[in-house]
Amino acid sequence: MGTYAKEELLACVIARLLGGARHAAIGASSPIPAAGAFLHQQKDETFRVSLQQRRAANPFTEGSRELFDLAGQGRIDVFFLGGAQIDGEGAINLVRADGKRFPGSFGSAYMYPVVPRTILFREEHSRRTLVPKVEFVSARGTPAALLTGKALFSWLSDKRCFRLESVHPGSSLADVKRNTGFDYDAPQYAPQTAAPDEGELALLRGPVASEIAVNYPEFAGRIWGSARPAAPTHREQP
Amino acid sequence: MDVVRALVRRQARNLRLLGVPILGMGADLLIGAGCVAEVETSAVSLGEAGLAPRFTEAVQQRLIKVKDATCPAIHTALQAAEKGVPYMPLAGVLGSDLVKERKDWRVESGLLIVPALRPDVALFHARWADEAGNVWVGRRRELATAAHAARSTLVTYEEQRKGDMLEDELLAPGVISSIYVTATAAAPRGAWPFAVPGAYAMDDAHVALYAKAAKTQEGFRRYLDEWVLTPKKSCSPA
Repeated sequence: MGTYAKEELLACVIARLLGGARHAAIGASSPIPAAGAFLHQQKDETFRVSLQQRRAANPFTEGSRELFDLAGQGRIDVFFLGGAQIDGEGAINLVRADGKRFPGSFGSAYMYPVVPRTILFREEHSRRTLVPKVEFVSARGTPAALLTGKALFSWLSDKRCFRLESVHPGSSLADVKRNTGFDYDAPQYAPQTAAPDEGELALLRGPVASEIAVNYPEFAGRIWGSARPAAPTHREQP
Repeated sequence: MDVVRALVRRQARNLRLLGVPILGMGADLLIGAGCVAEVETSAVSLGEAGLAPRFTEAVQQRLIKVKDATCPAIHTALQAAEKGVPYMPLAGVLGSDLVKERKDWRVESGLLIVPALRPDVALFHARWADEAGNVWVGRRRELATAAHAARSTLVTYEEQRKGDMLEDELLAPGVISSIYVTATAAAPRGAWPFAVPGAYAMDDAHVALYAKAAKTQEGFRRYLDEWVLTPKKSCSPA
């Protein structure tokens, strides 16, 4: 197994969460979810990925409201949301915390309850970000999963709480416990998150990197060096 | 953006900004320069370049008022205005604290009801204007909705086209007809550092430079001196 970036691991975990989905929409500033979605698309050609802020060949021709209209009709089944704070009930806060102002709720208040499979993603895993109760509820819904830089959680609908599914290489059960501000269901032994395999890494560093470089040049440059943007013909359509 | 820079130079005051549905560097410049009293928006962000620093500081110091919203609520409110009806319903959103905070929103039969939004001015940059007073915005249909909803619409444009774009079957669907357009002005490279698809790309490096400079009041002042207040340099370097 060669070395890989943390971002590559996270993109792989996201790709593995997308089985059976038909259409993921990716909101603002989400290069890792976008990489995960494009990686999954490499394995499932019928899977559609719509980048809200795609710079060229943007799929939305009715303006920026079309994303929300599509979601309202049930034509989007996966969406990703983050938060300055995420709490144990799955509520997210994109507005203000600890006296600090954040950008704002974007479309989260609508997308979270409307899209069937919302994946929460926040790289920073700390008691600052994963809190017992958010200071402001930007959005509330039923999450499909919570992925952080340390671990993957699923959501237990009956208990209405997160369950620790796996711990990423470099972290541990104790580390996750220490850095999580809310209570969650934890197995006695949580497996380690599977590292990217050679095939996944090759796809990430090839076609996925090219796709990401067009829309997230800063991110692609940081992770993959001089990834070449994909040619203007996009393989987004199944 | 040329108009934003002109507003800073002429020391506009007490502006109320509406993000359709979000605001970015233009709003941050105006806020930092003291032009803004209030923003209504779903977010203020510099995208990949991070937080909008002047907005963040102004809110933390209570220098401006913020009416937080969520993207589809703004689209819906403008759609109500363009139809000339007082309000429109919207799905989702109900679990969000936005509903508590926004006294002008109400809930009826399990749906959010948002009042029509009728801005005084819709202001944007277009690829083309023609001799008949039409402007072409392509797939950015939220600009058309904003123009339909607003009391007046002011447009800067990249290039002037001869004739009437409504006579061209291929161009017409991307046109906002002169019915809605109050005035136009030529502003070549007027979107810089943002892109005009088909004409020039986004200048990511400049937005990153701004994001860094505007972290402090002093850095922001230096940015204004260099890129906004000095007429010679207040335009694209290209």
